[in-house]
Amino acid sequence: MKPRSKRMMLVGGGVALLVAAVALVLSAFQQNLVFFHTPTDVIEGKAPKGKTFRIGGLVEAGSLQREADGLTVRFAITDTAKVIPVTYKGTLPDLFKEGKGAVIQGSLGPDGQFRATEVLAKHDENYMPPEAAHALEQAQKTAATVSQ
Amino acid sequence: MIPELGHFSLVLAFVLALVQAVVPMVGAARNNPSMMAVARPAARGQFVFVVFAFGCLTWAFMNSDFSVALAARNSHSDTPMIYRITGVWGNHEGSLLLWAMALSLWTVAVTVFSRHIPDAFLARVIGVLGCVSTGFLAFLLATSNPFSRLLPGAAEGRDLNPLLQDPGMIIHPPLLYMGYVGFAVAFAFAIAALLSGRMDAAWARWSRPWTTVAWVFLTVGIAVGSAWAYYELGWGGWWFWDPVENASFMPWLLGTALIHSLAVTEKRGAFRSWTVLLAIGAFSLSLLGTFLVRSGVITSVHAFATDPARGLFIIGLLVLVIGASLLLFAWRAPTLSGGGSFGLVSRETTLLGNNVLLAVVSASVLLGTLYPLFLDALNLGKISVGPPYFQAVFVPLMTPVVVLMMFGPYLRWKSDAAGAVARRLAPAGIASLLIGIGIAVAIGHFTWRTTLGLTLAAWVVLASLQLLGSRLRERAGASMSSRLSTIPAAWWGMWTAHFGVGIFIIGVTLVGSIDANLDVRMKAGEQIDFAGYHFVLRGVDSVPGPNYDASRATIELSREGRAVGVLQPEKRVYRAMGMPMTEAALDIGPFRDVYVSLGEQLPEGDWIVSLHRKPFISWIWAGCLLMALGGVLAVADRRYRRLAERQMPASAMQQAV
Repeated sequence: MKPRSKRMMLVGGGVALLVAAVALVLSAFQQNLVFFHTPTDVIEGKAPKGKTFRIGGLVEAGSLQREADGLTVRFAITDTAKVIPVTYKGTLPDLFKEGKGAVIQGSLGPDGQFRATEVLAKHDENYMPPEAAHALEQAQKTAATVSQ
Repeated sequence: MIPELGHFSLVLAFVLALVQAVVPMVGAARNNPSMMAVARPAARGQFVFVVFAFGCLTWAFMNSDFSVALAARNSHSDTPMIYRITGVWGNHEGSLLLWAMALSLWTVAVTVFSRHIPDAFLARVIGVLGCVSTGFLAFLLATSNPFSRLLPGAAEGRDLNPLLQDPGMIIHPPLLYMGYVGFAVAFAFAIAALLSGRMDAAWARWSRPWTTVAWVFLTVGIAVGSAWAYYELGWGGWWFWDPVENASFMPWLLGTALIHSLAVTEKRGAFRSWTVLLAIGAFSLSLLGTFLVRSGVITSVHAFATDPARGLFIIGLLVLVIGASLLLFAWRAPTLSGGGSFGLVSRETTLLGNNVLLAVVSASVLLGTLYPLFLDALNLGKISVGPPYFQAVFVPLMTPVVVLMMFGPYLRWKSDAAGAVARRLAPAGIASLLIGIGIAVAIGHFTWRTTLGLTLAAWVVLASLQLLGSRLRERAGASMSSRLSTIPAAWWGMWTAHFGVGIFIIGVTLVGSIDANLDVRMKAGEQIDFAGYHFVLRGVDSVPGPNYDASRATIELSREGRAVGVLQPEKRVYRAMGMPMTEAALDIGPFRDVYVSLGEQLPEGDWIVSLHRKPFISWIWAGCLLMALGGVLAVADRRYRRLAERQMPASAMQQAV
């Protein structure tokens, strides 16, 4: 092989490799984005059906219930305007508490129950997850415009 | 008084950093030896003042001086002494001070171990490090003064975040920062080379040991962080693709590419511009990592404070560092000649392939980490990119890296025959495939991911042993001890690190495929069988700790009637802030960990207990430590010491290279 065509092969191979890698990255990226929705969004039907997404807000006071197995829990997440019932099986994080903020990942069942696969409560007692804070803010804004 | 002394000392350090940044650079440009000679004393003086400032801050923490705002926010008079000390870096300001101290330490190390480097070049290296230090100290003094007073002083502190009150806190941040900051040295060498126009291979040789040491620190730092997250967060994961982890992983990936690219530049003179670009990239990602984690854009245990002024300063500093170095690169790169040419099948090609792939992997991690931040900043909605994305990208892109890693050491520089090498590696490859399929079927987890992982791991291990064998056969006549001793330490380093990759893959694959987890409700006296083990919950007692109250469960672990151990997981409530914490308990073994943590207590008094069996998880850390050990061996190679002893004049050096 001439050095020139060798170099062309090297460059061509490299470019093909890069293109394949970028295609892989972008398609994986597209498939694995998890969107965030506020409880109001979910009630208004803006959240995708059957797909994983996140909701956030406050754990409604007095809503936490345990099934007999002790592991399955039911609670409600609210942005103060709308309420979404959630079911979750597993151990709750240390900082999960009624009246505090939480972000929950899962999908919406046909019965309107949110089936959680992951409950995230962050690392500080007074800390409000930004997503949860965002949900509360949105609800307050809407309430303000409605009352006007 | 002492905090004020610390503050004053930090100001002096800043002034010296400024001197260190400007005077030697000007001296190098004008070829003025007395100005260049300022580099060493300025760097050392700066180190003394930064260490003194750090000592003052530590003093405030140790003595619970809660008139210092930082101590009041992050310490408590009941906190054990060791966590009062580590609390110094358990916050934004203190951790930046630790960063500055690490940078200063590296700079002093450069002034000590650089007698063989020409004065003008060294002056530029230290000048660049001075610029970085100036930026950091300015950031500290302007936006994040660790010595701010609280008037009147608080009666009691708010305590260090309980998650950080752990032995991991003692070593993880210092190691990680030594790694991050170490890439500043590689960066400084690259920039100095660009500035001086000395783009021969000499700078690569000078920079190589520094870069490797930084990489070793980063490797161990990440491994320790991962082990810490594993036992501290209470649910047995070892890597979460959390933005904070990604922030340390991206510079590691580019750093790995860099140490290999430097090898090519040093040995063959090729890849020069690519190496410079990688050095800039690795340090930029280190900076980005520090700032992502510290600025509070990413919300996690690592994010200590959110302050828009800090954010702006940070972005400014980042743009300045990255922009200026890329501009310099664009200006100087055309003067870089190509260096040694190489054939399609050669060691250079495998290293180039790996470099490109590692860069693509870090770019894809960067995309997944930053994209949610961009969307949020532009108000286009809130999203998150979870572990599935990273796994989907990582495995297919790293598989060819591992394969090329096995071929590289077999191939000669410049050009080799593909057939011969393929024939040598094929038997091991076929054997590995059989082993991979065999084990995957035997453990009842015959998926493509498990099979691929096991096959690759087996291939790496077999190919490494084969490589060692053929290296030993090279001098057939000599005795075994002389054969072993003639192999240079650098080769052992390469071998050990690559072998470590194989061990690492075994751990990752098996933990990912056959770990077992059961969350179960238990009352005192209850027993349960899980994953071949027998667990008896003896009871849960209240145990007071120094600054917390714990409920401690006692769980007896046995297997086939033989006692294995007693596990005592705890649920703690830290008194200062009433913050709950889970402390898992582990029975660590070479082939499996048994991991138990306490969930909530139910109203009836029963507990939720989380049981895990983690097969081969120690192999993950063992693999990382082998990689790091490889780096240590590589640096211990005799040629670096010879280099330092001989103090070769620069011109002779160039010829030798």
